[in-house]
Amino acid sequence: MSFLSIRNLSVRLKKGPSLLRRVSLDVAAGEVRGLVGESGAGKSMIGKAVLGILPPSIEVTGGEILLDGVDLLQLPPAQRRKRIGATCALIPQDPLTALNPSHRIGPQITDRLVDILGWTRPDAETRARELLAEVQIADPDRVLRSYPHELSGGMRQRILIASAFAAEPKLIVADEPTTALDVTVQKQILKLIAGMQARHNTALLFVTHDLGVVSKVCQKLSVLYAGMVVEDATVADFFAAPRHAYSAALLAATPKYTDPSAGLQPVPDAVIAAVQAEVAAFDKGLAHG
Amino acid sequence: MPILRILLVRLLTTAITLAGVAVIVFFVIRVVPGNPIAMMLPPGATEEDIARLSALYGLDKPLIAQFGIWVSGVLQGDFGTSITTRQPVLDLVLGRLPATLELSIMALVMAMILGGAAALTGTRYRGGRTEGAIDVANGMALSVPDFLWGLVLILLFGVLVPVFHISGRVTPSLDLPFTTNFYLFESLLRLRFDLWADIVAHMFMPALALAIPLAAIIGQLLKQSLKETMNLDYVTLARTKGYGETRVILREALRNAALPTLTLVGVQFTFLIGGTVIIERLFSYEGLGNMAIDAVINRDLPLIQGIVILFAVIFTAVNLIVDLLYTVLNPRLRHG
Ligand SMILES: Nc1ncnc2c1ncn2[C@@H]1O[C@H](COP(=O)(O)OP(=O)(O)OP(=O)(O)O)[C@@H](O)[C@H]1O
Ligand SMILES: [Mg+2]
Repeated sequence: MSFLSIRNLSVRLKKGPSLLRRVSLDVAAGEVRGLVGESGAGKSMIGKAVLGILPPSIEVTGGEILLDGVDLLQLPPAQRRKRIGATCALIPQDPLTALNPSHRIGPQITDRLVDILGWTRPDAETRARELLAEVQIADPDRVLRSYPHELSGGMRQRILIASAFAAEPKLIVADEPTTALDVTVQKQILKLIAGMQARHNTALLFVTHDLGVVSKVCQKLSVLYAGMVVEDATVADFFAAPRHAYSAALLAATPKYTDPSAGLQPVPDAVIAAVQAEVAAFDKGLAHG
Repeated sequence: MPILRILLVRLLTTAITLAGVAVIVFFVIRVVPGNPIAMMLPPGATEEDIARLSALYGLDKPLIAQFGIWVSGVLQGDFGTSITTRQPVLDLVLGRLPATLELSIMALVMAMILGGAAALTGTRYRGGRTEGAIDVANGMALSVPDFLWGLVLILLFGVLVPVFHISGRVTPSLDLPFTTNFYLFESLLRLRFDLWADIVAHMFMPALALAIPLAAIIGQLLKQSLKETMNLDYVTLARTKGYGETRVILREALRNAALPTLTLVGVQFTFLIGGTVIIERLFSYEGLGNMAIDAVINRDLPLIQGIVILFAVIFTAVNLIVDLLYTVLNPRLRHG
């Protein structure tokens, strides 16, 4: 059974438009699923729903988020939080804003272990040192005592990755973890996440714009358009022969990492029109059904 | 070492500020009509009497000469002699200073507790009725100045339900064992909780009257700042770790949100100290402000000068403390 199983999840702006339209997807234990789609498709929204951090202006109108078979949406808030905190983690997009500027690095890695999971402080600190070594930070003791502003962006992202793996979570949501970084660091960080994921056998929901990255890191992928999953496939099948016209166009629009000279083709208008018609039909079906 | 640099720069600007204040206060109060000597003497006094006494206090000399005498005295720690009480100004002023300091600090503490509680509660229950109620209360607190709050409090807790004293600093019949004028502080040190309670019962209403408007400002500003901070990425990340709303507010948001509020509280606190002048009068509280009003009524020029200079020193000290606190609380500046 999948560790994470999202069933028909619908989310909308309170008294406003739908943002997710009956989204279903599974992430099995130790598996990496890519989540692709253009900006605004709802990729981050799915990650937020799973982690229980949807903004207050947004409501879930239906569906289930099963974590290890338990529907998070049915749990009382305190229990849901505890469960998510103990089994899931987030690698955020922007390392510059994701660390608290007035706390040292050490407590920002150990806080969950001590406060939520009840570890002793020395144990948590030992663990933090191991983790920093694992993300290839040379001088763990100095870094643990530093404040975020004293460290580079790449360094901070390493710390956030270490922090995400601290409690050996079953599932990590990585929301475009490299887009805010220098191109030179992006590759290293990507390799680091992939390596950590494999070593810890953690399920990973990997949000990205980049199909090239998906082909390298993921086993499965979901293609999202306007909050609708238009394709759910294994990476091998998808790159061999995408089934949906939109995802085919998306694939064509991505410059081949093997052949960068092939250039970039925009998604054809006809394809956009077709998928928009699908969304409209879906909304109509909701309104009538 | 930024703290040392701040101190040095401050010392210099403080000196310039105080010099400016000294010049202004000295000449302004001499331009205002009213002869202190004439007010001192009984109605039948002759011109000659007045002239003789004026000469005694040096008031017959040209203004510039008077100013020179005063300044050279001040530089040697001699602020002159009060015309009405014939006591050294410095002794009078320093004798009253503790009362005003204790009142102001108590008011500040009350304002921080009330304002902080309002901001935290409003943030915790933001978007709901609780926040709306807090906003309304803040608005009311701000739309009434401190001395009117003083009157309201006198009516409520002095007349209607007389639980607090409405005048004085301590019950006069009590035997006071104090060696300093920091009554509140010293009564605690001496473990005389009976006296302490009596002093608090006297200070409570004037302090609260001073605190209410500041509490409202702190409440509004801190709440705004907290709410903005609550949307930041690191707060969201903390939520995914399993922290509940209250802990997220206290652990992640409060410290960062408090920084911008702090600077403004510093400025507002100097306003609060200014407010003690009228509040002390209203509650017959024997502090500097009350003495300042008497001094003005009696045209006690040396005393007015001394009090104004002391207030200026307090204001600069408050600003300095705020700047230092800001540096200490903000890790970016501490290591910068
Ligand atoms: N707090 C919010 N209030 C209202 N609408 C929101 C909010 N957050 C996101 N949305 C809307 O929800 C939709 C999905 O947003 P989401 O952030 O999931 O997109 P995304 O696929 O992650 O895009 P990107 O690649 O730009 O990160 C967008 O149309 C966006 O405008
Ligand atoms: Mg996103």
